[in-house]
Amino acid sequence: MTTQPQEAVPLAPAQTRGGPAAWPALRHWVMIGAIAIALVLPFVFHGFVVFQLTLVMIYGLAILGLNLLTGFNGQFSLGHGAFYGLGAYVTAILMQRWGVAYYWTLPAAGGVCFLVGFLFGLPALRLQGLYLALATFALAVALPQLLKFHGLEHWTGGVQGIVVDQPDPPSFLPIDADQWLYYFTLAVVLILFAGAANLVRSRTGRAIMAIRDHPIAASAMGINAPLYKTLTFGVSALYTGIAGALGAIAVQFVAPDSFNFLLSISFLVGLIIGGMGSLPGCLFGGLFVLYVPNIAESVSRGLAGAVYGVIMLLVIFVMPSGAAGFTRLVIARLSRSRNRQPPA
Amino acid sequence: MQLLLQQIMAGLANGAIYALVALAVVMIYQAIDHLNFAQGEMATFSSFLAWQLIAWGLPYWAAFFTAVILSFAAGVAIERVLFRPLHHAPILASLVGFIALFSILNSGDGYLWNYTIKTFPTPFGTRPLFGSALIDTHEAGMIGVTVLLLALLYLFFRRTRLGLAMRAAAANPDSARLVGIRVGWMTALGWGMAAAIGAVAGMLIAPVVFLEPNMMLGALLYGFAGAVLGGLSSPGGAVLGGFAVGIIENLAATYIPYVGRDLKLTIALIVIVAVLMVRPAGLFGRSAVSRV
Repeated sequence: MTTQPQEAVPLAPAQTRGGPAAWPALRHWVMIGAIAIALVLPFVFHGFVVFQLTLVMIYGLAILGLNLLTGFNGQFSLGHGAFYGLGAYVTAILMQRWGVAYYWTLPAAGGVCFLVGFLFGLPALRLQGLYLALATFALAVALPQLLKFHGLEHWTGGVQGIVVDQPDPPSFLPIDADQWLYYFTLAVVLILFAGAANLVRSRTGRAIMAIRDHPIAASAMGINAPLYKTLTFGVSALYTGIAGALGAIAVQFVAPDSFNFLLSISFLVGLIIGGMGSLPGCLFGGLFVLYVPNIAESVSRGLAGAVYGVIMLLVIFVMPSGAAGFTRLVIARLSRSRNRQPPA
Repeated sequence: MQLLLQQIMAGLANGAIYALVALAVVMIYQAIDHLNFAQGEMATFSSFLAWQLIAWGLPYWAAFFTAVILSFAAGVAIERVLFRPLHHAPILASLVGFIALFSILNSGDGYLWNYTIKTFPTPFGTRPLFGSALIDTHEAGMIGVTVLLLALLYLFFRRTRLGLAMRAAAANPDSARLVGIRVGWMTALGWGMAAAIGAVAGMLIAPVVFLEPNMMLGALLYGFAGAVLGGLSSPGGAVLGGFAVGIIENLAATYIPYVGRDLKLTIALIVIVAVLMVRPAGLFGRSAVSRV
């Protein structure tokens, strides 16, 4: 583990590096355009596609949670599928066993995950790099076993899982249940993304990133590294947990084996391909994680996994720092060639 | 007492599998400073290769060594073709490379050799060793091979110039390059060796767990845990860690009432994380001192 300090550096495509001055304005227009498109989409597509788009946002949110921890704070996690599963189960149990309304289960799922994440963050303080990866991996492997455990079957439904009722749209809106769920998810995702954007731009966010970039220098400057690291763990788990809660409502079913460690690994793939330390990149990651396996399946049923792997390799060869890094590069190139033109 | 001994011996037999995988994991970790997720799938592929050779009529040992040599070449080739271009990419880009490789090999195995489980021959036989019911000859052979491999690796890394060059290339690539070591080829060599060790591990595990595309998934998990428990910078530690994981798992299933059997994996992982709390770089690992 001699390369530990160097390891933190390449993780860090600094969010604040930014492009030319024209970029922030452009960014706002892009964002407004994206939200407008997102609002129209459920009327362009129907049924299953709307459901898939809902899942893209949910995965994007889960990846955002992982991004806060890994991309912004430099702590590695192979176990975020566990927080996703925990959030999903909290929602399923609250809705089906205790009859709580679905929208109230989100804060509960977030709260439980925050607490678990924060507590897990305490021992994680002592671990770095791959050792932390193993500890979080243990979480991902342990969760399905715990959910199946017969002592908890009364709540979790054991191997059978729990079927979750789909929420009805409010009666005054002329939309179907899929569309309603899409808009509900969109609203939650927008609020949480805005929260994350504010967080990483705040004083706290700079402290979180300073710990990633140089832990020793950060604590020398008076940043309380243990506190920020555990809090980031908690917040990260909260985001992924709420994503899991939304996922349970959208899929209408939770079962132990849907939250195995492969889920954690696909979050990680989504994060890296979307781009470390980039908020819009998370949604791209969600898109990748949801659609590319389906595309691979349609190319060849028998070799679906191999096709998925080849696509992953191609993407990472073309964009080694993810979609976000790639976009940043393209914009930098474009603006440079524009600046080079002599003034007319 | 008899039960305890029996469980420890059974744990040792399982542990030999984990120890072999852990050894391969640590080998590649030392050569490239990454954890190779595809390690298990590489081993499975090698085992399928050997199985195919045997099916074509080659004697066991000919198939065994052909598979080891082919795996070595494949390991070097994978490094040259796939991972060398990712060398300067952000560190986690190569992680996606590993996952991709995992996915390709796993699905390729299933496509070429389908998903039905196959029996794999063992050169050691499966009679009880010394007439006792505690351990059979295959398990003893597995432990023997693990220890032998470890000894050979120790000699290679401590007593040969090439081994020294590999250690230097892994520990400090820039300085190693300055003294004339071809760092790129050392990395490729590390991949080749890890693939070859993986092949040996796969072929020894296959008679126990039966050959199928997902056979290494569990073993890799435990092997990874064993490697981390022992310390990723220490091959000997990784082997001991692998054995320890096997024993802990068995003892937990036997002696912890109510939860033991269902949650033995969880318990083993909790024990490992608890150990890491006390020794964050593993039992035998050295923690790095960072220069500011």
